Amino acid sequence: MIYAEILAGGKGTRMGNVNMPKQYLSLNNKPIIVHTIEKFVLNDRFEKIIVVTPKEWINHTKDIIKKHIGHEDRIVVVQGGKDRNESIMSGIKYIEKEFGLQDDDVIVTHDSVRPFLTHRIIEENIDAVLEYGAVDTVIEAIDTIIKSEDGDTISEIPVRDVMYQGQTPQSFNINMLVTHYNALSEEQKGILTDACKICALSGEKVKIVKGEVFNIKVTTPYDLKVANAIIQERMSK
Amino acid sequence: MINQVYRLVSPRQFEVTYTDRSLTYSKDFVVVRPTHLSICAADQRYFTGTRGKEAMAKKLPMALIHEGIGKVVYDPAGEFKNGTLVVMVPNSPVEKDDIIGENYLRTSRFRSSGYDGFMQDYVFLDRDRVVELPEDINPHVAAFIELITISMHTLSRFEARAHTRRNVFGVWGDGNLGFITCLLLKKRYKDSKVILFGKTGYKMDNFSFVDEAYQIDEIPEDLRIDHAFEAVGGRGSQSAIDQMIEYLHPEGSICLMGVSEYPVEINTRMVLEKGITMIGSSRSGRADFVNTVDFLKEFPEVVEYFGTLVGEVQEVKNIQNIIEAFEKDLTSSWGKTVMEWKI
Repeated sequence: MIYAEILAGGKGTRMGNVNMPKQYLSLNNKPIIVHTIEKFVLNDRFEKIIVVTPKEWINHTKDIIKKHIGHEDRIVVVQGGKDRNESIMSGIKYIEKEFGLQDDDVIVTHDSVRPFLTHRIIEENIDAVLEYGAVDTVIEAIDTIIKSEDGDTISEIPVRDVMYQGQTPQSFNINMLVTHYNALSEEQKGILTDACKICALSGEKVKIVKGEVFNIKVTTPYDLKVANAIIQERMSK
Repeated sequence: MINQVYRLVSPRQFEVTYTDRSLTYSKDFVVVRPTHLSICAADQRYFTGTRGKEAMAKKLPMALIHEGIGKVVYDPAGEFKNGTLVVMVPNSPVEKDDIIGENYLRTSRFRSSGYDGFMQDYVFLDRDRVVELPEDINPHVAAFIELITISMHTLSRFEARAHTRRNVFGVWGDGNLGFITCLLLKKRYKDSKVILFGKTGYKMDNFSFVDEAYQIDEIPEDLRIDHAFEAVGGRGSQSAIDQMIEYLHPEGSICLMGVSEYPVEINTRMVLEKGITMIGSSRSGRADFVNTVDFLKEFPEVVEYFGTLVGEVQEVKNIQNIIEAFEKDLTSSWGKTVMEWKI
């Protein structure tokens, strides 16, 4: 079966002095996370759409889904974990408990604050994860990437042509991801915050799906301004 | 939800724009994910910028394409199961009239003519703007069902207005619409003769099912027809209509289907002398889509004939692919260009 998991576990501090995590802020008068969930609702290949949030925000999340989307059987809200990977695992635990895990089960995980993703990106994630087992969504690096070990001077400038910037969704064969994740020590778990990295380091081939420049992550007040500007630029005729 | 809309902003230039659509939209609506879209000559006039400065300035930016099919992905009322294949009706009426058809009401909005067409991530449509298709239909043919409905619509107007002697039909135009019209006439009026009048030999060779075919400069003088269908349009309209008037029996009718940017001169003296009825028709409405889908179900071999109209098929995953599809369509001399919509 094919599952979607919307990652909304963060309590984001980069948005500045606001009273709620960034995924609940309004983009054109609707919470960002709702825009994101709606895009997944419109894909009928998903068996369940699991939204993971901080414990204290579960009720709020359910309320806004009810208000903006209405009744939709496939959406469930569950409590996230202490970091990104633990949140992914919370969603997987829910699946295991409710439906059991099969070898061919896959999960498409996505940042709740990337509401601009497209049907194509989701479809290609699903198709690729069924074939390869692990998928990352990326765009070609626009700026030159600079590596600095000490944060003071350049230690390396990699060739830009082979550099990409990671976006989401990231998609995984569930059993494969769980196996590799459980094999990590607590210390490794703390360092390896990217699930695709866990797969790659464990020797799995991670397939690349092309993202979009506009599939931005709304993280800072600047991002929110940009997002609001492009959505209000020309309303539908 | 943020919906990507791929709009033409100036000739040969598309841009992605974003519109906010709500799934709790109050009206009775369905959401369709387009799967196959077909390019129409009218879209090309926008793409190449030949629509004229004024029209371009007034109508752009706008998403093109009004011929297409897709899958229902969201139906709040639960009438359509998710995944149901449907053809989308581009005409959007906002009022009802007992006499005037929905496609003639001046208030109706038409997609890719001043109103966003189907080049979108998802298309939001009123419930009655989709018609269910058989699951196994050839999607490349189904993509241009809208064009077939144009002929179907003309036939129903012809049926209601023309006299009932229908022994010989003449169809002018060896393009896509001429092909479709000939085929529908042949199937609908089994005992009637259908004669094609065309200009380009290799195009006319595709019309294997007509009874006779003549180059327009080699028409036998004594040939006569009961009714004529004009599927020429543009500059050729005038000479085509001249010939129709000449070869029609008195009291016959002429069905006009071809669009021309400029006014066309008509020999009214002979129209009067022969008592000719001219029937104009444009676009189509929901009923024509229902009739066309029923027709295709009844005559599966017609779908096969239409399969020969499928020209270029272009997979579309990005804006560059859209431009490639339009450019290919411009250089292809026969058939319809279909975009497999995977953007």
